[in-house]
Amino acid sequence: MVCESWKAKLDTYLDGELPEQEMRTFDAHVRGCPSCSADALTRVQMKRTIQVAGKRFVPSTDFRRRMERSITPKPHRSFRLGWMLASATAVVLVIATLTSTYVGSWSGRDQASRDRVFSEIADLHVATLASSSPVDVISTDRHTVKPWFQGKIPFAFSLPELQNSEFSLLGGRMTYLDQTPGAHLIYDVRKHHISVFVFQERSLSLSLKLPASVDENSLSSKQLPFNTETWSQGGLRYFVIGDASAADIDSLAKLFKAAS
Amino acid sequence: MGTVSQLAGESFEQLAMPHFDRLYNFACWLTHDRQEAEDLVQETYVKALKGFSSFQPGTNFRAWIYKILRNAFLTSRTGLKATATLPLDLEGEEEILPAVRETPESILLQRSDGQLVQQALEQLPVPYREVLLLCEVEEMSYQEISATLAIPMGTVMSRLSRARKALGNGLRPQFQKG
Repeated sequence: MVCESWKAKLDTYLDGELPEQEMRTFDAHVRGCPSCSADALTRVQMKRTIQVAGKRFVPSTDFRRRMERSITPKPHRSFRLGWMLASATAVVLVIATLTSTYVGSWSGRDQASRDRVFSEIADLHVATLASSSPVDVISTDRHTVKPWFQGKIPFAFSLPELQNSEFSLLGGRMTYLDQTPGAHLIYDVRKHHISVFVFQERSLSLSLKLPASVDENSLSSKQLPFNTETWSQGGLRYFVIGDASAADIDSLAKLFKAAS
Repeated sequence: MGTVSQLAGESFEQLAMPHFDRLYNFACWLTHDRQEAEDLVQETYVKALKGFSSFQPGTNFRAWIYKILRNAFLTSRTGLKATATLPLDLEGEEEILPAVRETPESILLQRSDGQLVQQALEQLPVPYREVLLLCEVEEMSYQEISATLAIPMGTVMSRLSRARKALGNGLRPQFQKG
């Protein structure tokens, strides 16, 4: 097939829409053909520019809240206020009773809670990297990524300066942990992706009871195939997770701690 | 009845709200007006919630809700039932452009001028703008775009091709100014 025939299908190839066998054949041709390779590069750059340019408009927080209120199902109003108060009181008493008998087995539950949290963090990390759109804001510039979160999450946080480090920022997206909104940032170091999650400490469930700082050695590392680090600083809870080395995880964590 | 509608509302919210930001962005590109975009998104969510019982679980919710938004937009523009036709001057035989090593697009991209690309996108006719946005920004597959716009896959491909050429043509005057 001459180059003109290949180029007629180049857009379909770059959109990932060719049949699998044809994709492989096309891959092999593009790698060996300077003309098609240059053309493909230009078109990929155009696709990325359109993608970035197209993500232009962000809804206001007020509009988001109005929309959420309008579609959130409303509870039945048939309960009397007295019944509601009695129920709430009963719940408080039950919680107090459970808590007082719970202290003896606190350390066991503490570990189980930590394991659950880190398991969820690992799931978020893996699911995002497997997604066709791992980030909602694509930028290597922290001055672009940080303001993108304004209005989307109820807190502000600082991103570290990465100059003179081996880390590069790929972008970010909103995420949820225990129904708490937070920020998810993705970094790259020597072809390893690292996720950094940031949440408001007080908004996370009280049952989490995470320690102020924990390194990977205190985790059930046999349960996780990643290196992780978590700490609390300035009212925010940070998680750093990835398949990079423990030293890299620690280095990125230190950069965040210094920036906050 | 109340229990059924509440269950439907809970799962609708879980499905619909993750698309909110992108739907709003898409609505802004269609309408060129933020207030109109808000009205359009609101109308979309109301219609989607009302029609949620007709949505088949396990099928493509994103394509389904984008189709509602797009149809609501077309109806607001024409006052008629939404159709998928293009004006005759936008259809037609595909141009074969000669291969050019350096094009305005490639030079422009070297300058990374996203603002010029935004302006060129704004100038495109709606059928071209929407298909480019669905493909490049929303990263929909051709199948999803076909379902959203209610056009055959072959039309998706040819319209994308013409949209990309039209965008390139729209960038040329910007490049020449520049």
